[in-house]
Amino acid sequence: MTQDVWILGISMTKFGKHRGKDTVDLASEAALAALADAGVGMTDIEVLAAGSLMAGTSAFGQQLQKQIGQTGIPVYNVANACATGATALRTVIMAIKAGEADLGLAVGVEKLSGAGLLGPATRRKESDTWVPDGRFGAVAPLDGRIGTESMPGVFAQIGLEYGHKYGGADFELFARISEKNHAHSTLNPLAAYSKRFTLEEIMNDVMIAYPNTRPMCSANCDGAAAAVVVSGTRLRALPLEQRRRAVKISASVLTSDPWREGCQVLPDVNTLTRQAAARAYEQAGLGPRDLDLVELHDCFATAELVHYDNLMLCEEGGAVDFFNSGATWRDGKTPVNVSGGLESKGHPIAATGIANVWEICHHLRGEAGDRQIEGARAGLAHVIGLGSACGVHVLEKAAV
Amino acid sequence: MADRVPLVDYLVLSEDPRLVARECERCAARFFDRRNACASCGATTFRGVDIPRTGTLVTYTIVSVAPPGVAVPFVAAVVDCGGTAVRGNLVNVAPDPGRLTPGMELRLTTVSVGTDGAGTEAVGYGFEPA
Repeated sequence: MTQDVWILGISMTKFGKHRGKDTVDLASEAALAALADAGVGMTDIEVLAAGSLMAGTSAFGQQLQKQIGQTGIPVYNVANACATGATALRTVIMAIKAGEADLGLAVGVEKLSGAGLLGPATRRKESDTWVPDGRFGAVAPLDGRIGTESMPGVFAQIGLEYGHKYGGADFELFARISEKNHAHSTLNPLAAYSKRFTLEEIMNDVMIAYPNTRPMCSANCDGAAAAVVVSGTRLRALPLEQRRRAVKISASVLTSDPWREGCQVLPDVNTLTRQAAARAYEQAGLGPRDLDLVELHDCFATAELVHYDNLMLCEEGGAVDFFNSGATWRDGKTPVNVSGGLESKGHPIAATGIANVWEICHHLRGEAGDRQIEGARAGLAHVIGLGSACGVHVLEKAAV
Repeated sequence: MADRVPLVDYLVLSEDPRLVARECERCAARFFDRRNACASCGATTFRGVDIPRTGTLVTYTIVSVAPPGVAVPFVAAVVDCGGTAVRGNLVNVAPDPGRLTPGMELRLTTVSVGTDGAGTEAVGYGFEPA
């Protein structure tokens, strides 16, 4: 039997603008708070996985160690687009399941305030002479000439494709999803933005890529999150107080996008999410109906809709009816993104895949204050990194 | 007629401009980029296949905010050309959701990208209502 694994401590910083702090400051703040929450120190940690896409170094984890503890343990510097945080967490979980460690630390951080529109990492320069270059033999930049490479536009197409396939999804429906998440964020003191918007305000805001207006896009901000993971064996030797607050990781899954016709033309974020969800439910021995809350990757309002279906929270093709039923509001049968989601809580990329696990843990521990989902016993956290990578974690309240 | 070059190597400029995909000789998966192997089955040999010049709109977005150097607004789309998904802009149609309906019939057309210092014109493609 493989080792069971638990979250022993977890934290996230306030998301928003942190002018006086750099990436290492934010990561240190989250890591030290997670260690304190776990009741352990850096000298107890046997493996570290760290991610920061914007830190500008391939040895970010070591920079963090130089501030909080150089203990000689292995460090895995991970990068997996917007699934980087979930990948760091999963790396530590794998090390513990493999029996190489009993305690591990996963950290994700980003300084992203004012980063603006996210799209292709490198844009080639216009030239005075046409010279074919790259995998398409292109003589000029293709973004804007052959479709769009910017994220709001890519995910807009993904949402409208679903809307066309099954019907019922128009501009207003996507705006109402955003309205829900912004309303939820008013209860989250750590959210980058916690302002409630009316439907009219959302629909009349700046259009970025139809149907996504500005408040329907994830908010660039600074932030960090960290988690201490412990083996079941070690946990059982810890005092009752720590065992009571520990959260069981009932499933931890990472997938990439399998080939499908058209997937290199428009990214297919559906198949890998559906496969990750199916594997996670099987691992956890739980189904979507057992979930008391879900944090899913609403990088754009158009993305949230398709993931209701991909995570099997509704019948296949039934995401519009599911949303219209009110199921995903915090008082509905499957509350989704009660944190405010990426659209209002914010999306400091590499932190996101741990911050959404923090949100679930907060409710399972009964520590979520005003936004507590009463009696929460199980939850699911989902992220997508375009390219693509999908992380799904299912978490359960401790039985003790 | 001045020299013309295609914007991308899978666009063939001729009397009837067309797109040519690289099709896996084993599993028939189609790609538009230079290949090392097939992402579907791993085979390493490909043949060129002409993509039908007409298709239907699968999905779209109207991009209003883009990085510097990208002219907005424009309609980015995916078009189903006889079972093969193709990325391209919609042209000769207003960037207005009221005028764009998934399922609408489209046809391939060419679009001038500009002329370089040597007088060579680059020609791209788009899809227009059929």
